[in-house]
Amino acid sequence: MSRPGFVLTVDERTPPLLVHQGEGFRLERLPLGSRVIYPPDSLKGVRNVDAEIQHALLNPLGIEPLPELLYPNMRLTIVFDDLSLPLPQMQTPDIRQRVIEHVLELAAAKGVDDVELIVANALHRRMTPAEIKRVVGERVFRSFFPEHLRNHDAEDRANLVEIGKTKHGEVVELNRRAMESDLIVYVNITTTPMSGGPKSVSVGLASYRSLRHHHNVHTLRHSRSFNDPPNSAMHHSYERMADLIGGHVKVFTIETSLNNDTFPTATSFLNKREWEWNVADQASYLAVKRGNELMPARARRKVWQKNVAPYAVTGVNAGLPSEVHPVTLDNVHRQQVTEVQGQADVAIFGLPYICPYNVNSIMNPILVMSLGLGYFFNLYKNRPIVRKGGAAIFYHPVEHEFHPVHHPSYIDFFDEVLTQSTDPVVLETKYEEQFATDPWYIQLYRKSYAYHGVHPFYMWYWGAHALEHLGEVIFVGGNRRTTARMGFKAASTLADALEIASHTVGRSPSITYQHAPPLVVADVR
Amino acid sequence: MILSLEYRHSSARYLASRTVTSTKAGSRLSAMVAGNMSPLRLINLAAPVVPGEGWTRVAPRLSGICGSDIGLLTGRSSPYFSSVSSMPFVPGHEVVGETLDDLPDLPAGSRVVLDPVLSCEPRDIESCRWCADGRESRCDHVTTGRLAPGVQTGSCSETGGAWSRQFVAHRSQLHVVPDSLDDERAVLVEPLACAVHAARRVDIDPGATVVVVGAGTVGLMTLLALREVAPTAPIHVIAKHRHQQERALALGATAVHEPSHAVRALRRSTTARMHKPEWGREFLLGGVDVVFECTGGASGLDSALRLARAGGTVVVSGMPSGSVDLAPLWLRELHLVGAYASDSGGGNGQRSDFAEAIELAGAAPIDGWVEPPYPLRRWREAMAHAVDAGKLGSVKIAFAPGKD
Ligand SMILES: [Zn+2]
Repeated sequence: MSRPGFVLTVDERTPPLLVHQGEGFRLERLPLGSRVIYPPDSLKGVRNVDAEIQHALLNPLGIEPLPELLYPNMRLTIVFDDLSLPLPQMQTPDIRQRVIEHVLELAAAKGVDDVELIVANALHRRMTPAEIKRVVGERVFRSFFPEHLRNHDAEDRANLVEIGKTKHGEVVELNRRAMESDLIVYVNITTTPMSGGPKSVSVGLASYRSLRHHHNVHTLRHSRSFNDPPNSAMHHSYERMADLIGGHVKVFTIETSLNNDTFPTATSFLNKREWEWNVADQASYLAVKRGNELMPARARRKVWQKNVAPYAVTGVNAGLPSEVHPVTLDNVHRQQVTEVQGQADVAIFGLPYICPYNVNSIMNPILVMSLGLGYFFNLYKNRPIVRKGGAAIFYHPVEHEFHPVHHPSYIDFFDEVLTQSTDPVVLETKYEEQFATDPWYIQLYRKSYAYHGVHPFYMWYWGAHALEHLGEVIFVGGNRRTTARMGFKAASTLADALEIASHTVGRSPSITYQHAPPLVVADVR
Repeated sequence: MILSLEYRHSSARYLASRTVTSTKAGSRLSAMVAGNMSPLRLINLAAPVVPGEGWTRVAPRLSGICGSDIGLLTGRSSPYFSSVSSMPFVPGHEVVGETLDDLPDLPAGSRVVLDPVLSCEPRDIESCRWCADGRESRCDHVTTGRLAPGVQTGSCSETGGAWSRQFVAHRSQLHVVPDSLDDERAVLVEPLACAVHAARRVDIDPGATVVVVGAGTVGLMTLLALREVAPTAPIHVIAKHRHQQERALALGATAVHEPSHAVRALRRSTTARMHKPEWGREFLLGGVDVVFECTGGASGLDSALRLARAGGTVVVSGMPSGSVDLAPLWLRELHLVGAYASDSGGGNGQRSDFAEAIELAGAAPIDGWVEPPYPLRRWREAMAHAVDAGKLGSVKIAFAPGKD
């Protein structure tokens, strides 16, 4: 049994605590009395992953075993989660490769010829051939790429189909090949309570027309949090769409969950609680930190991006999406949820080098915003860890840096839109449509490796709930110009940040530090 | 004897200033213009002689420093111009002054502005086809007739120039300044006339997107003129300095862009596509209908060519310098249009550029555009100020030649 999550109260014996800060980290002494939320220890993985997959496929929940759903002359479409999961990328073989291989073996045994594989990348950038190969493995790649293994193209009008509207009038427009299949097999990795379940098909294979119904300011402000599906307006919309999809096409989903082994052996101290660091951990902390700081920026980014996680698989469950997802969520909760009593005046988050949208890329300021005020702030159930009107202190350098190929519309969003307003509602009503329909962004999304033109807006909306909730947002170590452009403050040290925050929360605020990654979801009572 | 700033061309010096000033350091640039190697010197010269009837002596009250003057002094201007001028000469062609001789319809003591073009009429020669048509800035006779070669006052060895206490001008060059127009506004009439001329060089469809590259004097004045000529067209201005951006917005620019963001911003507002070649700067497929190049630099013209849509037009308003890749001109079938000086409106009944400019100078929000003027003996400071005008927050630097 691994130990459950834990809330530490800082006293004079507490060692300095690790805080992530982009492509680096530091040890920070927090004020006495600060609380620190740690995730449960990494769970033990299943011993035989292949046997687990086989078992799941043959004993699914709420639907016939997979072999019984397969027959000659059928149209089978296998859809899988894209590069945004898991973070960081996992050691090969990727769990998606293993699952897909099993599915393909069963399909071959049943004489199924018409098989297509589609990346559920929605409006994310296309995955490169090398990135796809890494996920599906050499064998699958060689057999299917490029004719029968491709990225979803949300702007290919000919290959989209509107299957109807939900009872709330939400347009459901999805990948035509998938919708016109006899069976969709969805291969998922759920690493946060937000993903998987009704989201998989309804978001991963959708178009802008369809996504705009839940990827908007109103919905995000009423998703509290989006990591707590029962209390997330966004997930209610996903569910309505998933119901419609379920009436239209048979979906067999395979959901997998991973443990919290986020960092490889060389940096395994990052997975541990600081007071349990042994001499070797102390030494490797110093060595890694020093080496990291001495490296030129480019080399440093390369090293971090090459980081692969030695995750173990904690669960493989297959069947009807609505039946499978609760089981998956249980696994995720076991790994990530820690109970906390009450909210604090100040929340502290260390933002790491990676988020779902900068794999093999650059974390630009908008992505930092979405990682901090979107993803990290929303890692809660019931209530945010910080009270309404409180302050959030993030650690990140917030460099003024953009990947010109991956994030072209982000550059324009930063220079032309954020200079006019940072209010999500203003951005949505005045600028979203322009960016979403700009033919150049569409061309870059389809033919190059660019995120869709509208994507930076979604990133901003992701933080809309936090923007409304927080009285002050401060970035320790943040670039002054870029943070100011986004309407935030920069501080050089935690003491400075607390000084700035004192105008909002006073001189002796209560403080909670959400210690991640590895990820932890705070269940705030 | 007349206190004057005299320009003396020396090939060696020209080349030297060219190499030194083509470095990036702005302060080095101004040091070269004003330093010991400068081709300019302050000197007492014999007063220029009135060449015949219809001429008068003029005493400048304010004389502007133009971008083309700086181009000349920094060795940036094209060697092309050497044969359409005569050495040595006194520069200065943006001027408000007072006439010193009585003319039949212009008594001595009249306050006037100068149209510097030395075309057929002042040269007392039978009109060339352009002058006959009222398009004097195109005159073919600028090297012949009664006067030494020189396209304008300020490049001719016989007329003197406005950077002195006295020069001579032909009646046809002079426009009376209404009393309501003070000297600070009047000295801007000549550059405004050039801007009006440039704006009228092309037909701008209502709704066409226009870009002005550069927001120095030429750029701002072109914007002013364009607002008259094409009141409804969206006009974007590419401006380096904050004060230039603010001035452009105050003059009615639709939007202003920093040079580093301009291509992206214009791509978006014209829903064009943007490409980045292996070498060189981004360009647009789709893009802007009409671009006015107002920097006089190769880089400004290069941008203009890369921003224009296929079949679009690039107007060269600033005196060009340096060389530019013409690939977009060819591939995108662009129109490249020159706009030099001003004329009396052509044969079709259009008002002269100067008449428009005088009206505009009276109405436009251009207070504070002229810095407190320098006396001639402070010419080194004046030139240094003019070279760095944009950086220093200034629009127009001028001399008050009559002051000590
Ligand atoms: Zn002529």
